[in-house]
Amino acid sequence: MFDTILHVALLLLFPPLVVGVVQKTKAVFAGREGAPVLQPYFDLAKLMRKGAVYSRTTTWLFRAGPIVALAAALGAGLFVPLASSRAPIGFEGDVIAVAYLLGLGRFFTMAAALDTGSSFEGMGASREAAFAALAEPALFLAFAIVCVPAGSASFADAWRALPWRMWLEAHPELFAAALVLFAVLLAENSRMPVDDPNTHLELTMIHEVMVLDHSGPDLAFVLWASAVKLFVFAGLLVHLVLPIPAGWRGAGLFLIGLSVVALVVGIVESMMARLRLTRVPQFLVGASVLGAMGLLVALMERAG
Amino acid sequence: MTPARASVARPRPSIPATENPKVVRLGSLPLGDVEGLRRDVIDRCKEGARLVALFVPPRATELVAVVARDDCADIAIQRAALAGPSYPALSSELPAAQAFEREILEVHGVRPEGHPWLKPLRRHDAHPFFQVDGPGIHEVAVGPVHAGIIEPGHFRFQCAGEKVLHLEIQLGYQHRGVERLMLSSSPARRIAIAEAIAGDTTIGHAIAHAAAVEALGAGELPLHAQAVRAVALELERLANHVGDLGALCNDVGYLPGASWLGRLRGEMLNALLVLSGNRFGRGLIRVGGVRFDLDSGQKRELAARLAEVERDLDAIVELVLDTPSVASRFEGTGVVSREIAEALGLVGPVARASGCDRDVRRDHPAGLYRFAQVPVAVTESGDVMARALVRALEIKRSLEFVHDQLREQPEGPARSRQLALEPTPARPDRLVVSLVEGWRGEIAHVAMTDADGAIAAYQIVDPSLHNWLGLAMALRDGEISDFPLCNKSFNLSYAGHDL
Repeated sequence: MFDTILHVALLLLFPPLVVGVVQKTKAVFAGREGAPVLQPYFDLAKLMRKGAVYSRTTTWLFRAGPIVALAAALGAGLFVPLASSRAPIGFEGDVIAVAYLLGLGRFFTMAAALDTGSSFEGMGASREAAFAALAEPALFLAFAIVCVPAGSASFADAWRALPWRMWLEAHPELFAAALVLFAVLLAENSRMPVDDPNTHLELTMIHEVMVLDHSGPDLAFVLWASAVKLFVFAGLLVHLVLPIPAGWRGAGLFLIGLSVVALVVGIVESMMARLRLTRVPQFLVGASVLGAMGLLVALMERAG
Repeated sequence: MTPARASVARPRPSIPATENPKVVRLGSLPLGDVEGLRRDVIDRCKEGARLVALFVPPRATELVAVVARDDCADIAIQRAALAGPSYPALSSELPAAQAFEREILEVHGVRPEGHPWLKPLRRHDAHPFFQVDGPGIHEVAVGPVHAGIIEPGHFRFQCAGEKVLHLEIQLGYQHRGVERLMLSSSPARRIAIAEAIAGDTTIGHAIAHAAAVEALGAGELPLHAQAVRAVALELERLANHVGDLGALCNDVGYLPGASWLGRLRGEMLNALLVLSGNRFGRGLIRVGGVRFDLDSGQKRELAARLAEVERDLDAIVELVLDTPSVASRFEGTGVVSREIAEALGLVGPVARASGCDRDVRRDHPAGLYRFAQVPVAVTESGDVMARALVRALEIKRSLEFVHDQLREQPEGPARSRQLALEPTPARPDRLVVSLVEGWRGEIAHVAMTDADGAIAAYQIVDPSLHNWLGLAMALRDGEISDFPLCNKSFNLSYAGHDL
């Protein structure tokens, strides 16, 4: 019970902090002081108090988009390990449920974007669909590598069978899984080098251009949902690399790990320019290839 | 790593030319017929000259063409009488004339027959956009209101997926009637209007205007004032080029470049502040001289500031151009071939990035540039990287030039902090062409005086007028997501185009 409450509390409270740490890191690298780490919370509070504007051309789909996206992201957060390696909900195959819960959120975001009838948003939706289709195999390959030792497609089983000392032995597939997860994290959360979350240039955007027409609480939901998504991916990465015990100690260690991931994301964003849009598929296919090699190694180890 | 080949172009001719500003008596320019002018201008441009200006003076009785030959410092002026409400367009054979002829249609209602895309330059509401038909073709409309703080302009893309088949750029939202204001204003006000033609080219346009008026009055400027003008012009170039490189970094999401270069742009503007008391150089240039002289204290301060900036600048420019992720975004993006650049008559760094070896400071030197040479930077590849590289090289050379001038500036008469000369009255029945290489490229001011010596026609050509179509061509068959980056690499003025 305590674990469940802790899990839900982490999931509800901490996602914006990850975004805050990324933004602070980027600011420091750019030689600026930057907004406070808590700025994403202030933004959400401000947006929740505002009214929303709806175009006459939109239908219920447009209003449903942000709500479904947030619900799907929070739902996915209930399946993945956070403070301990046990999530509140778990069953054989929950790995696939998580991937498609996130997919459901994306589908509704895209449908809402198309619903506006704007050429910008349609462009963004088409890009999102294309890149998501390429990111999905990479994500599944990373999950598969993690699931091979347990022989079960459930996060709880997978992490139980994945003792931390595997990192100290020769297990290159774990490096591959971590790298692939990180690449998918960057792509799925519209971070550099795939997308530029800070740009004001609609023609270059992927994710941001789809949500241009949302305002007020709807925009807050969109921002919150993307923060939760980043949080979920970062959480998986932390669990892959660190042994997280149950209870308060685990929660503390988890948050430290999370901050490190956010720091790394911020550093990557500060150190390189964004990829040309036509190069993004190469980046994602590269991640898939790495994942496939990792999976091969994992299967060979299991067999022999 | 050197991302693209860059070279120092041919040295200046050994005898400094004094053809710029060029003044001619109207009586010495016979009024020919339009067909003759058309043939002659087209033939000259085929032989390597370029169209500087083409306009109809206010009474709409004649057509005036200014053609410059860069390799022999020649500026040719032609007039032809207009008979009737239309004439055969030059644009059908000379694409560089297209914007000029659209303006002629708009302002005077004179139709250039045979123009390939004849719609008014600014008042275009009733005119449809060029449209591409076919399966999967879609249209994307951007502007005139943009995200971010930029001027208004409308961009209409015809796309097949991510690929741009055609881009039409529609401007005119910044039209203020500058040319007409020039005619109705007092001489003292004209220079202030010239400074406001394009806010980021205050010095360039002010020098072009002042030089034109001074040439009409046959006044010669003290060398010292010419030196201050040249230093100001180079500082303006430095501030804008540095800012442009930073903006290019920002558009590809490269933070260190964006923030460092943004700060250094501020330092350059501050140098202009030391010189003139205004960060954009307003109020410095006046007809007959400059308002503020450089005293030795200011010289020392400027030199110290620039030396400090130079250190940081070298390091960050090298970092930006050598970062593989930045280079991979810049290289091969938005290519303008040399043929297209020549055909459209592009000017400035954009033309030099496509291998066109032209720079007014060397080809038609005026003022201090007759004595002090700035090497011209030319690259061949015509892509965003080339345009960045040309700017980086020009930054280096302008800095050297300013340092040299601060060290060796001719000591003029002690006329510190005052207007240099009493302007002499303009000579009657003259036409003057004044060219200045602003940071964006060639600025041309053409003025005509009537029998009383009053200014009867004033034509302004901002480099943007030549270059906007170059941007549209750079996008052709490119990625629509590359548009903001290409746009930044051109960084054209909306106000300068719309006037």
